[in-house]
Amino acid sequence: MRFPSLRAQAAITVAVLAAGFALVFFYAPNDADQGFIQKIFYLHVPLAICALAGFVVAAIHAIRHLRSLDPVHDARAYVSIHLSVIFGVAVLLTGSIWARASWGKWWVWDEPTLVSFLIVFLLYATYYPLRYAIEDRDRQARYASVFAITAGAFVPLNFMAVRAAQSLVHPRVFATAEGGMPLRMWIAFAVCLAGMALLWTSLVRFELAAKSASASLSRLRRSLEGETYVTSGSRIAPGVPSRAPSPG
Amino acid sequence: MPALPLDEAGKYVAAAYIVFLALVLAYVAIMAAKLQRIERELGELAELAEDRPRPSREELV
Repeated sequence: MRFPSLRAQAAITVAVLAAGFALVFFYAPNDADQGFIQKIFYLHVPLAICALAGFVVAAIHAIRHLRSLDPVHDARAYVSIHLSVIFGVAVLLTGSIWARASWGKWWVWDEPTLVSFLIVFLLYATYYPLRYAIEDRDRQARYASVFAITAGAFVPLNFMAVRAAQSLVHPRVFATAEGGMPLRMWIAFAVCLAGMALLWTSLVRFELAAKSASASLSRLRRSLEGETYVTSGSRIAPGVPSRAPSPG
Repeated sequence: MPALPLDEAGKYVAAAYIVFLALVLAYVAIMAAKLQRIERELGELAELAEDRPRPSREELV
């Protein structure tokens, strides 16, 4: 499968996100229950879906890494987790703002959706200390892959547990007993979700390209200045090839 | 809880979207700084390669 160039994908991402946000504010109706504050939903939920899907994508790359021991897959798993953790920060911040406006509190500890997402986020926050506590690069990559697979398997389990939990506090907008969202809200949501997914993949490709360039530069410097020169190259995947890797 | 009036809700909605934008911009700025460093190092290496003595014709043969 051939992906568009990073520049083209970045332009498409900006266009789709701008279209999505325009639909949110000028096309989708205000929610009958929550009013204008429900507009945060179109940002918060796509961010959460992309973050959680990103953790699963990282687990898939980690499996491919353990099967092949190809450092490219390790780099992809690392970058997928990195971006998903950043998206996770955005989910927690936008969720807190929504909670403050809707419930009058920044955080509610007895709400399973919030707490379970926080647990997943904190679980992945431990990925970095685990990874960089190991000096040997091959061992570091293998242990990080095992972590990514284990934690990645936890994500869908966590999602199912939350759906099974009977709480009426967190808004359930998909397929509720009241009939779910109207079509115009669905359209705005779908465009925002597509834009957010494009943003995630664009940033993953951007970071992988930067890591690949950094690794190539380190190799070039070593060959020009000799093996004894210590470079400030990429901390992961020293063998990442000079071509810009694509996600998938 | 009843829906907030538009002037109240607008502040929260704006805050959420600004937080998202700020995070994306911060990430892009950090990545841009990294790319600048790579570009600078590449320039140094290009200079280093140019300053290296070229092999003579006899050495090449």
